[in-house]
Amino acid sequence: MTDALEVRDLAKAFGGVKAVDGVSFALREREMLALIGPNGAGKSTCFNMLNGQLKPDGGSIRLFGAEILGLPPRKVWRLGVGRTFQITATFTSMTVIENVQMALISHHRRLRAMLPFAGALYKDEAYDLLELVGMEDQSGRACGMLAYGDLKRMELAIALANDPRVLLMDEPAAGMAPQERVQLMELVARVVQSRGVSVLFTEHDMDVVFGHADRVMVLDRGRLIVEGTPAEVRNNPDVQAVYLGTGAVYGKEKGADATPRAEAGE
Amino acid sequence: MDFLFVQFLNGLASASALFLVASGLSIIFGVTRIVNFAHGAFYMLGAYVAYTLTTTLTGPLGFWVALPLAAVIVAALGALVEMTLLRRIYEAPELFQLLATFGLTLMVEDLVVLIWGPEDLLGPRAPGLEGAVNIFGQLFPAYDLMLIALGPIVLAGLWLLFHKTRWGVLVRAATQDRTMVAALGVNQAWLFTSVFTLGIFLAALGGAVQIPREAVHHMMDLQIIVEAFVIVVIGGLGNVFGAFLAAFIIAELNAFGILLFPKISLVLVFLVMAVVLVVRPWGLLGKPEGAARAAVGTALQPWKRLGARGRNLSLGLLLVLALLPVFAGNYLLAVSTEILIFVLFAASLHLMMGVGGMVSFGHAAYFGLGAYGAALLVRFTGAPMEVGLWAGPLLAVAGAALFGWFCVRLSGVYLAMLTLAFAQIVWSIVFQWYEVTGGDNGILGIWPSSWASDPMVFYYLTLGIVTLGILAIRRIVFAPFGYAVRGCRDSVLRAESIGMNRMSLQWLCFTLAGSFAGFAGVLYAYLKGSVFPDVLAIPTSVDGLVMVLLGGIQTVAGPVVGAAVYEALSIYMTSETDLWKLILGGLIVVLVVAFPEGIVGFWQRRVQPLLSDRDGRDEEPAREGTA
Repeated sequence: MTDALEVRDLAKAFGGVKAVDGVSFALREREMLALIGPNGAGKSTCFNMLNGQLKPDGGSIRLFGAEILGLPPRKVWRLGVGRTFQITATFTSMTVIENVQMALISHHRRLRAMLPFAGALYKDEAYDLLELVGMEDQSGRACGMLAYGDLKRMELAIALANDPRVLLMDEPAAGMAPQERVQLMELVARVVQSRGVSVLFTEHDMDVVFGHADRVMVLDRGRLIVEGTPAEVRNNPDVQAVYLGTGAVYGKEKGADATPRAEAGE
Repeated sequence: MDFLFVQFLNGLASASALFLVASGLSIIFGVTRIVNFAHGAFYMLGAYVAYTLTTTLTGPLGFWVALPLAAVIVAALGALVEMTLLRRIYEAPELFQLLATFGLTLMVEDLVVLIWGPEDLLGPRAPGLEGAVNIFGQLFPAYDLMLIALGPIVLAGLWLLFHKTRWGVLVRAATQDRTMVAALGVNQAWLFTSVFTLGIFLAALGGAVQIPREAVHHMMDLQIIVEAFVIVVIGGLGNVFGAFLAAFIIAELNAFGILLFPKISLVLVFLVMAVVLVVRPWGLLGKPEGAARAAVGTALQPWKRLGARGRNLSLGLLLVLALLPVFAGNYLLAVSTEILIFVLFAASLHLMMGVGGMVSFGHAAYFGLGAYGAALLVRFTGAPMEVGLWAGPLLAVAGAALFGWFCVRLSGVYLAMLTLAFAQIVWSIVFQWYEVTGGDNGILGIWPSSWASDPMVFYYLTLGIVTLGILAIRRIVFAPFGYAVRGCRDSVLRAESIGMNRMSLQWLCFTLAGSFAGFAGVLYAYLKGSVFPDVLAIPTSVDGLVMVLLGGIQTVAGPVVGAAVYEALSIYMTSETDLWKLILGGLIVVLVVAFPEGIVGFWQRRVQPLLSDRDGRDEEPAREGTA
């Protein structure tokens, strides 16, 4: 069986900084794969290359076996890759439901239609999508007035508009209340089940990551250092070093001389 | 050879003055993001004040004290304007400040005539530098040699100011990211005031040093402002070195262009600007602008179609317009016809600006191309109005499609300046291609067919076409295509990530907007019976901008209201008073301060909620006001 996404030797440098340095991984079908790593590890750069927003320096990205490297975002989207943004990007002069309708209009290739009233097109479909993410009662609101968590849910509805086979979610739960995070991730898990979508997401909230990911990859300074099940990753010493530090920079922690093993993670 | 060298020196002398003005404009834009249309007016004021001072301050030192003193006085005036006017509207939508500074420009143009009279004024010669220097057997004014030195001196001074003082560091920081500078606790109000004052000082100095070289007159603002804009854009917005380089290029181009290509001398500058922008979209030394921080929660009213009340209002308005000939005489009908034409023109510009997010400083090009399309048909084929009405706009469509293809590759102010460049190219061609277009003699005898020659019939014809045009534009705005281009305006990132091709959508929008403007232009040609290069000159473009901004760019009905109000006011003022610029300019300034969201925006946000509350909540409140 071909993987949903197969990434090989993906690389991107900004000046002398290798933001992403030879990253290879596979996203299996109907899988929720988490990409974690400290700030500046290259997660967003990685994401931006996957959907074509950034041009990689080299490597290969295959979507169900077909090479998509170098395609612009709009073509990647047409091939069935939906995406949500870390900092939400929405059409602020439209209502919530119109934002979703816009994606549907694009999906049905009617962007250049000049006669019909756009507000009446695919309204039911859009409403269903909003219902799916629990936003149906806010469909008529200006999206500039939404709370941050609601914006994220609206973005998810937009991302699902073209029946994607792959969803890229950049920090889907950032800025949400703990309760909301759980709800959102459960929702994503349901979508994976019911629609057969494969999801790659980044996240800083470890509860979200370890509670919902089938597998976890850890990125540090542009390189993948570990990949495995949540349990494997949690217990990996390299991961602990990346997240908790080794003390190499500041020297030994105060009071650590007497019992050197004290802070090793017990 | 000797002659060429002197010509080169001439270019250098002009470059210095241009650099002074352009660097001020560039600094102001870099920090405050204000497109200061009044910069030329301050330049002109600098020259007038310097004239007065040099003629009153006598003695050999008087002249040399007078020039900087004039600049200081005008700069103080600039500071006053910044504090009393611009400070109130920094929060207003982008470009609204442009409208305010345009109003100021109009006022200054009349004020200088009031104070100094309409005649050209000749300043005194510079004491100590009256004579000429012999350079390779050619005589060259000594004063111009001093000017040549002035440019680099000012550049060095600015460099020191920006790199060696704390204030300069703040200015550079604000040019890069003013939000961050504000977050660091810098008092933005005073930073903006000081930057604006410095910019105006430079402009006024540029004007003051001109007086021994050329006559002072009340039209010198428009001429310099366009060149200054061109220089700032070619050099890269906010970049002083870029401005210096560009001023040199433009001045030498002017000096030699007239010798080498006399036939197309006017086009040259804009051709160079267009080429630079296409090849280097951020100017020669400019850097790509960082993405503006869009604040989450910027509450924007979603655009809605007319509710029942709005539709009834529009129908009522249409009915009144249809009944107008019953009680209006021929003059009023002709005026109403003209207003209607500009309503369509403004609506077409709004389609490009408000809906498509592409600000145009050169929309007159498509209005004018439509007018000339019809006029040329009449002149060379004798085609009747029935043909001209439909074939005329084709020239505008072709122009918009061609220029739009380049323009959509840019965004923001650079796109706006490229539209200006193309408009000026068209204007220069029309102005200089005498054999075909008749140059500034225009083309005469473009009259409607006999059945439509009665003002009433032509009024109805115009009303019909304009109504159809407005309906078509509204239909497009609320159709998937209109939504799509509006989406590209709201967030390119989102648009591209849901499969939308921004450039191709915007290109179509650009072309459509140009086509509607073309129809307006054709009607204008048949109304006046003639066309002159004025129809595609800068003032026409600026009129369109003012109409759209005055009405409210974030509304769909805005351009219609804005065009009607502005055009009616300006026609009325020109017929009633000689000081129409002063009054109209003052009115614009007052309107800008009172209604920073435009007339219709003000209605929607302030008046309508009150009305709705009184009536109880409508199910679909008519947000659009009149249409």
